[in-house]
Amino acid sequence: MARYALRFTALGYLAALLIVPVGLVARRAFADGIDGFWTAITTPEALHALWLTIVIALIAVPMNTVFGVFCALAIVRRRFPGHGLVNSIVDLPLALSPVVVGLALVLVYGRTGWWGSWLNEQGIQVIFALPGMVLATIFVSLPFVVREVVPVLREIGDEQEEAASTLGAGPWRTFWRVTLPAIRWGVAYGVVLTTARALGEFGAVSVVSGRIAGRTETMTLHVEERFQSFDLTGAYASSVVLALLAVGTLLAMTLLRREES
Amino acid sequence: MAIEARNVTKCFGDFTALDDVSVEVASGSLTALLGPSGSGKSTLLRVIAGLEQPDRGEVYISGEEATGVSPQKRGVGFVFQHYAAFKHMTVWDNVAFGLAVRKRPKPEISQRVAELLDLVQLNGLAKRYPAQLSGGQRQRMALARALAVEPKVLLLDEPFGALDARVRKELRAWLRRLHDEVHVTTIFVTHDQEEAMELADQIVLMNAGRVEQIGGARDLYERPANEFVMTFVGPVSNFGDELVRPHDIEVSREPNGSGTQATVDRVVHLGFEVRADLTLDDGREVWVQMTRGEAETLDIREGARVYAVKARKGR
Amino acid sequence: MNSVAQPAPSLARRRSVPLSLGITTGYLSVIVLIPLAALLLRSTEGGAGTFWDAVKDPQAVAALRLTFLVSLVVVLINAVAGTVIAWVLVRDQFRGKSFVNAIIDLPFALPTIVAGLTLLALYGPKSPIGVNVAYTVAALVLALLFVTLPFVVRTVQPVLLELDRDMEEAAQSLGATSFQTFRRVVFPNLFPAILSGTALGFARSLGEFGSVVLISGNQPFKTEVASVYIFGQIESDNVTGAAAVSVVLLGASLVVLLAIGGIRRWATRHDG
Repeated sequence: MARYALRFTALGYLAALLIVPVGLVARRAFADGIDGFWTAITTPEALHALWLTIVIALIAVPMNTVFGVFCALAIVRRRFPGHGLVNSIVDLPLALSPVVVGLALVLVYGRTGWWGSWLNEQGIQVIFALPGMVLATIFVSLPFVVREVVPVLREIGDEQEEAASTLGAGPWRTFWRVTLPAIRWGVAYGVVLTTARALGEFGAVSVVSGRIAGRTETMTLHVEERFQSFDLTGAYASSVVLALLAVGTLLAMTLLRREES
Repeated sequence: MAIEARNVTKCFGDFTALDDVSVEVASGSLTALLGPSGSGKSTLLRVIAGLEQPDRGEVYISGEEATGVSPQKRGVGFVFQHYAAFKHMTVWDNVAFGLAVRKRPKPEISQRVAELLDLVQLNGLAKRYPAQLSGGQRQRMALARALAVEPKVLLLDEPFGALDARVRKELRAWLRRLHDEVHVTTIFVTHDQEEAMELADQIVLMNAGRVEQIGGARDLYERPANEFVMTFVGPVSNFGDELVRPHDIEVSREPNGSGTQATVDRVVHLGFEVRADLTLDDGREVWVQMTRGEAETLDIREGARVYAVKARKGR
Repeated sequence: MNSVAQPAPSLARRRSVPLSLGITTGYLSVIVLIPLAALLLRSTEGGAGTFWDAVKDPQAVAALRLTFLVSLVVVLINAVAGTVIAWVLVRDQFRGKSFVNAIIDLPFALPTIVAGLTLLALYGPKSPIGVNVAYTVAALVLALLFVTLPFVVRTVQPVLLELDRDMEEAAQSLGATSFQTFRRVVFPNLFPAILSGTALGFARSLGEFGSVVLISGNQPFKTEVASVYIFGQIESDNVTGAAAVSVVLLGASLVVLLAIGGIRRWATRHDG
């Protein structure tokens, strides 16, 4: 009896908050039929937004992956003073408002920023251009690979690497052939989560990009722009694309978990 | 009768844990449910406690039917193999739990808890947390906790299974003394026949969901109902076509009537006992148990030629 | 398994220590630390006075107060809803349970702007069920509930899974009703997980932007949260003001992060 009440409450809550709204968006995206949907997501702006989003992800994700592995190694293996601090700094992007992230980047790379004026003189534009958006995306998606790899590294311990070195393998060899294979699942999960975060970033990128349609709009910014222009179908259509990417992420995680076990 | 289980059947999916099991437990007695893993002994205990519902059959506690009654209301004390200590509460609060839940007045709780901690020799540890106790101490706390509410029957599910051998032996003796002092009807589950035989007034030997035999330790050992009981409860040796206790085989240097000739393959001295592996002339192997004295008298050694015969009863 | 044991310092190992350390600190500095330092310095550029003036600006104060209050309400609702959902997912059995379990993570994966739009569709002006809370504080609460949904559920679930069922059976055998068992035995063991889940959700709510920016109307003093206020100040070129309020949010996030670490240590104090 109590069991049914609990179940009803939980499922009702989830339906009202999550399931029904998402379902509604999916339906509204196809309000003008499949053609309407297709037209909306293949406008030049939409296509450019998609391309830009992918390019940014293609830069940010590998960089954060490489960093993530080295950072995890540094945190877990090397007992250096301040490794606890590094651990906390890595967590920061998870707790920061994306708008604050954007502002901080503007303060460094903007026209009047610390390095911004010098970069401007060299002809390199960071804010209101691709590099700024990449930096913002890297910032917000930084922690995930580290977070996934650290517990794996902790669990497998030093022994395999010590065995390798007693057998004559140098540090690079050991890294490639012993460490990396051992952490591959952690890295995989981290990459998927990083990608999801990179594709979905909005606030930080909104601040640094200037939102110039067709030039510096990512897919998320495009959704907002369509909404502000009262093109609801367009907004919903692009939302569906993003939602599908999100669902793809969840599926990837599920499949990876199954593969691992 | 304090406890009665009548025709209890319990299945988990395709697996039959209990198959038409009937058991009677006398008031004030100490009964063991003995058997290998999967025999159903824990399931039977949990059915008596009300933690499982039987598919068929009834449970009676102090003469009243308890089959549909929730575990809260049965008046049973249950002790788990892994203690089930409330790890977020002190020892004191653990033992007081049953009384606190019944909203007994504070002074009454204080007195009772102090009494029990004294009984189980844990005074001084009242303010500790279970994580700070050894396994043996945790189990004594669990017993005190179960006794606090004056249960009609005490049920213990492999209570010493998680402890190391030395502590297990100590607690065994301690449990018997406790039972003699407190006189609560007690049923405990074990897979260790030595434990059952040492402690229990009555042993219920179970296998694959059925009761094989009920009786005292001596009954099961000397008058086993079937091959399973005989094998489970003590050592056996294949002599001829029958199962025989290895110390029931007489070995001599001269033929004495129907003795079979055999050669000694191996002799092992295990302290007071001596064990000898023999090969009968017809090729079959048999092992024999004898005392040191007997081994010396016979001058048993490898290669010796001897005669083996099954002893008559009364040896 | 831990790496407390120091490996014999071979030449090989000493060579690679500086490398991972160097990459780590270099990357973190460029990407995270330097921008944050710029933020801190910029906010106090005109001295402490300018900083406080910016923070005490009535609109800023209204935005911060609204942010904290709404986040508090949201995490309290989450504490209850999240625990109930986690309970149902762990203890109950029904068709479609694994589907439900999987979609809990959707708010983590879905872009925040899409989340806002999604809620606007059902609870905004064009609502098919006639519920329109757009441009109200209720919309804020809704959006924040959406994005913080997974936090409590995912911190409570593993604890519930690991919880020793024996303890509950012991409580029952000692005479405790289901409610008493929950209150005295189960809940105390879940509490740290619920707390850390709500702390994570709180930190997230404080800074949430994308999901609230469409649905709340962003009316100053009424439905404008701190992140939207900051965004507005950046657009109006009041960078110092934006930086000051950002530092306040940053400080709050840090406090919450520290609290979470503390909660974790407190939670494991009874583990034997």
